[in-house]
Amino acid sequence: MIRALALSLLLAFTVLSAGPAQATKIEKVVSPGGIEAWLVQDHLNPIVSMRLAWRGGGALDPEGKDGLANMVSSLLDEGAGDLDSKTFQQTLEDNSITLRFDAGRDTFGARVQALTDYRDLAFNLLRQAMTKPRFDAEPVERLRAQILAGLRHESEQADAVAGKALMAALYPDDPYGRPTRGTVDTVAKLTVDDLRGFVKRRLARDTLFIGIVGAITPEELAPLLDKTFGGLPAQAAPWKLPEVGPDAKARTVVIDKPIRQSNILFADKGVMRHDPDFYPAYVMNHILGGGGFTSRLYSEVREKRGLAYSVYTYLSPMDRSAVYVGGAGTANARVAETIKVVRDEWTKMAENGVTDAELTAAKKYLTGSFPLRFTSTERIASMLVGMQMDDLGIDYLDKRNGYIEAVGPDDIRRVARKLLHADRLTFVVVGQPEGVTAKP
Amino acid sequence: MTFFRRRRASFAPSPQTARLCPRLGLLAALVLALAIIAAPARAKVFSPETFTLDNGMQVVVISNHRAPVVTHMVWYKVGSADEQSGYSGIAHFLEHLMFKGTKTRAPGEFSKIVAENGGQENAFTSYDYTAYHQTIAREHLETMMAMEADRMTNLVLTDEIIEPERQVVREERRMRTDNNPSAILGEHVSESLYRNYPYRRPIIGYDHEIVAMTRKNITDFYKHWYAPNNAILVVAGDITAKELKPLAEKYYGVIPRGPKIDRLRPAEPPQEAARIVAMKHTQVRQPSWRRSYIAPSYLYGETEHADALQVLTEILGGGGTSRLYRKLVIDDKLAVGAGSHYSPDSRGPTQFMIYASPRPGVTLPQVEAAVQAEIDKIETDGVTADEVARAKKRMLAGAVFARDSFTTGAQTLGAALAVGQKVADVEAWPERIAAVTADQIKAAAKFVFVKKHSVTAFLTEDKEPKE
Repeated sequence: MIRALALSLLLAFTVLSAGPAQATKIEKVVSPGGIEAWLVQDHLNPIVSMRLAWRGGGALDPEGKDGLANMVSSLLDEGAGDLDSKTFQQTLEDNSITLRFDAGRDTFGARVQALTDYRDLAFNLLRQAMTKPRFDAEPVERLRAQILAGLRHESEQADAVAGKALMAALYPDDPYGRPTRGTVDTVAKLTVDDLRGFVKRRLARDTLFIGIVGAITPEELAPLLDKTFGGLPAQAAPWKLPEVGPDAKARTVVIDKPIRQSNILFADKGVMRHDPDFYPAYVMNHILGGGGFTSRLYSEVREKRGLAYSVYTYLSPMDRSAVYVGGAGTANARVAETIKVVRDEWTKMAENGVTDAELTAAKKYLTGSFPLRFTSTERIASMLVGMQMDDLGIDYLDKRNGYIEAVGPDDIRRVARKLLHADRLTFVVVGQPEGVTAKP
Repeated sequence: MTFFRRRRASFAPSPQTARLCPRLGLLAALVLALAIIAAPARAKVFSPETFTLDNGMQVVVISNHRAPVVTHMVWYKVGSADEQSGYSGIAHFLEHLMFKGTKTRAPGEFSKIVAENGGQENAFTSYDYTAYHQTIAREHLETMMAMEADRMTNLVLTDEIIEPERQVVREERRMRTDNNPSAILGEHVSESLYRNYPYRRPIIGYDHEIVAMTRKNITDFYKHWYAPNNAILVVAGDITAKELKPLAEKYYGVIPRGPKIDRLRPAEPPQEAARIVAMKHTQVRQPSWRRSYIAPSYLYGETEHADALQVLTEILGGGGTSRLYRKLVIDDKLAVGAGSHYSPDSRGPTQFMIYASPRPGVTLPQVEAAVQAEIDKIETDGVTADEVARAKKRMLAGAVFARDSFTTGAQTLGAALAVGQKVADVEAWPERIAAVTADQIKAAAKFVFVKKHSVTAFLTEDKEPKE
């Protein structure tokens, strides 16, 4: 099915999960058949939430078949085994089971949520969706039509247009530069054989990570894991793609759109998740343009000058590359001024780093807000999977705040000098900006 | 109260109940992200504790001890529908300005203290209410209460503070509305649907009225509406009413009660003409159709239909197994998405909205005819007992899922009280829904689906751009 059309940002945040150790006990459950899942028991409500993710997402779509992973994700809940699309959907709805698949650049995932009474049924439907999807003609054509309509709708939205243009500019020769949802041309041509091929190659046990939170014990979970995932092939088809740097250089892309507010994105090379500089960069980003209402860009662009309602930056590490991205929306007449303020802040941070007061405040926020991520079973399940995929260790929740605390002012200065080059930023502007010229 | 599950009903236009988050706009998902599941019909929903301070401020506590965290919210019973004509957007503008300084705190200090304590905060404005909230480690709750109580009466506004924020609000309007054809059309639909009721004006306001708003206008509005007897404190998370009460008395209880506040709004006169709003826009690539019928809410008009209408919208357009989706999208292949929306949680008259987006090669009148046939069928034949049973089971299940995240309870109860409902009304929702019959649904459909009470909107591509 088509998910919400809020496509906004090109890259999902890598989850920097961690939590209040005292409240969250993670258990590693290994089934008799050797399938591993991370579990947090939570018997507050009769609910089980599960998150699954496989390595390998839309960036593995063969050239010319962009959007394949996404189309598969929209169709796996549209009929499986003996259940045609209508019956499958009716069974989900009648029993209030949430079962949805999703495709990102580097991952293919699923979310399952059910009341305890319907838990086994939910897992059974999941098993069939993964191992026996039907891909009947009616749902295939219906979902294809929905995806194409979604692409048409995206083309109306300045932020979606800007996001695609940015990735295309940064990765001209890598799948990361191609749109995960595909294009009107590629989606029109995808075949049922393509869909089946994806399921066969990608949905295997060795690339799968499982996080479960809710009213279930390890003893109940272990046999359920074998029953649900035991039928998947042991190994996914191998792939080999090199690490790739973004083509970072001073450039300005202007895409003409007759709208009153220009959407601006800017980006440069970022930091990989396992880079020792990741945490210094993470703290630096918080101060420069990260969360909340206290960043430098928020203050300079929004509070002092009223240039934008929304202004932000974020680190976006991917499996094979990393970018540092920011954005703002401002009236066409004020785009040039906004860009100048961004460049100035980039330079200021690169040259002077942060003050002790800023660093202290940032650490207090980043460590103190950590427990806020543990407020629903779904959120915790997602974190369990993120921790496994990023190989952060099962004790990460206890260690994470220590990583933040260890960042010193010199670390930030070093990382700021390395990452921030005001004259190397790529800008993408969608709108009719005044005083801005395109520069390839 | 309505619990939505995210389901397949693509291309849904924003319902009338949409609200604005003036700060970063990340919160809207909260309320809509409710997933709900099957609970026994007699189960309560959130089981809150409540009390009222001597100065009239209502207090609601929803305990949830999963994490040592609380969500602290203050709701004011004032929204854009309480604004005077000619001053649209003032409630929302004020909400932005509430993050500036007070007599004892410099501008920006509030947010700085929230952040340094590891908290997250935001605020939002709707037709019927304005709310401010922080989610934070429990040990810092008292600091939040002290600061929130402070800005209830001590806000300091100067032209130097207001001017940059005026530009921020105008950028917010450009982003949400002016850049978005469907949102522009939405404004026109509301203006047509309500002949007189103030829901006809956009929450964010018209640009020319935002531009003209003076410091005095805003200050007067603040002084009139922001008082403990017009506010509700909702705290959810790792706390009990017994623990909260002394704190609430200490920080909020000392604020003097303000003058009695009446929410007087012009009423909606009878509607006698079916209206059509058609917009062509150069940006549109995916056309869409929608119809809004004016409808009773829990508090306005023929309120006895409100529960039946919730089950009706579930059956007619509530997801991938709904009548509209099955007929238009699956069987007849006319549309890529179709569904309906109805929410009774408003102080004034609400709307029952039906929408559809055509497949390529299908015209909007074709889609409209197919929707009309489904409406006619329900008016003539009603719904089946089986459909009613399935819909109710799904809806009641939702009440269990709603408990999973504690912010959901705070949102739902805060909104309900702010529009004028009682806690008991929210808690009895499962019982009321369980009691809805097929006959009541048919009667509600006949009552609401009256063409002369509706606006039909067409959004299509303008293929001849002009300057």
